[in-house]
Amino acid sequence: MDFSQQIAQYIVTGLTIGAIYAIVAMGFNIIHNATGIVNFAQCEFISLGGMFMYSLVVLFKVNLIISFFISTAGVALIGALIEIGPIRHARSKEIIVLIFLTIGLSEVLRGTAQEVWGTDNVGVPAFSGENPIHLLGGGTIVPQHIWIFAITVLVMLLLHYFFKKTLMGKAMRATAVNRRAAALAGISVNRMTLFSFAFSGALGAVAGIIIAPISTTSYDTGIMLGLKGFAAAILGGYGNFAGAILGGVILGLLESLGAGLVSSQYKDAIAFSVLLLVLFLKPTGIMGYGEAERV
Amino acid sequence: MLKIDGISSHYGGVQALDDISLFQREGEILALIGGNGAGKTTLLNLISGIIRPSCGKILFKGENIVSFPPERIVELGIIQVPEGRHLFGPLTVRENLELGAYRRRGKHNKKKISEDFKYILQLFPVLEKRLNQRAETLSGGEQQMLAIGRGLMGKPVLLLLDEPSLGLAPLVIQEIISVIERLRKEGTTVLLVEQNARAALRISDRAYVLETGKIWLHGTASDLLGTVEVKRAYLGQDSMAFSIR
Repeated sequence: MDFSQQIAQYIVTGLTIGAIYAIVAMGFNIIHNATGIVNFAQCEFISLGGMFMYSLVVLFKVNLIISFFISTAGVALIGALIEIGPIRHARSKEIIVLIFLTIGLSEVLRGTAQEVWGTDNVGVPAFSGENPIHLLGGGTIVPQHIWIFAITVLVMLLLHYFFKKTLMGKAMRATAVNRRAAALAGISVNRMTLFSFAFSGALGAVAGIIIAPISTTSYDTGIMLGLKGFAAAILGGYGNFAGAILGGVILGLLESLGAGLVSSQYKDAIAFSVLLLVLFLKPTGIMGYGEAERV
Repeated sequence: MLKIDGISSHYGGVQALDDISLFQREGEILALIGGNGAGKTTLLNLISGIIRPSCGKILFKGENIVSFPPERIVELGIIQVPEGRHLFGPLTVRENLELGAYRRRGKHNKKKISEDFKYILQLFPVLEKRLNQRAETLSGGEQQMLAIGRGLMGKPVLLLLDEPSLGLAPLVIQEIISVIERLRKEGTTVLLVEQNARAALRISDRAYVLETGKIWLHGTASDLLGTVEVKRAYLGQDSMAFSIR
């Protein structure tokens, strides 16, 4: 394999992992826009998506597509329950208190997952086999990478359609901008917050499900992916829709090229160095400009 | 239509409203006037369910709505156009108007909503050119028009207008007043909160004057317009008159 082939390979891998980060970042953004909090339970949504998928497909031999939807819906439900229960009934509505609450919830979810599934890494079959496809440039790509890419694009298009074209989506954006004005327009702020948690749950689950066949999954795979998704969200501009995609892709590419060309030992360090750099140099991120459009 | 009965409200230990009672008939323009901090906006937010009173009742068509959440109050057709615009800034003018009709969502209303949309653009023709612009890029007067337009998209039974003239040029105020007059002709009941007593009394049927959380005067608008105190306190330069009296 010559150098250009190698680069092509790194780029394909980078884009794939970047797509995952983008989905995760989107999950962080949706809850942030609706409530102003950083939801650290987002990490657990990813793990749970992967583990639900593993249980259904491997343990219960359920059809792959059906498993995909059940797992996603299941985690969306968990997200909704988190909002209906602890978040809505927290005595203090201080942002910092709610953020700590999500950290606690994250621990509870992870602990429960560990009890249920143990600590082993488990595999989930790829959606359509493992035979690599040869690319024109000379690199190869496994079908799962294509699945990840296609599903991410589809999810982004659906989100875009929802937020820009449907009344419910516009109502969610309106709530993010001004809760009081939204309430005065007859929008139930509680319901919008509930939706945002369910959506984030679903997004986390999708990320966890589509990456599981490549990287295997366990009760805590979501931590690293979640934190990198968080870094991607910061890089793109926290709360910004397009920023999440951009941040995810940039981070994925940096990580993949860095690991390939420098050393794979630095893979994780790259993401967090980027996070620190952004926080030092431009905390609003690439697309963030003060009171810019969010969601 | 609206009856407020012995409402008191506290804001972090400070009494904002003290035993307020008032009523409004259907089809009437009622003005609520008073200076800064008199409690006018607090009263509107109590009606809209944004804050809860410490005691008292708010009856709308005979039903006590005091414990209703804001969205249920909007559902009843009580629609507030809040002070300081409170638009959805990054959303377009069109989206702001669409969200005004949120309470009427559902398939069977589609046609009526698009008719009302045209009606609003006819009321405020400036908005037509701005439909795809972000609301935050509009001028102050245009924003106020959009805020009122958004309120009207909800087909209010009772429209609560909070300081529609605040910070606007006289010409724009005139335009907004003529819209309120037009709404009255069409049978909308309007509760108008204003610091600008002269303008408010000119278009309203009756008025209450609120001063530091209490009702200080009430009567027909023409009577109040003639009342010396009001003239001195709000229409003239001598705005200290009330506190000194």
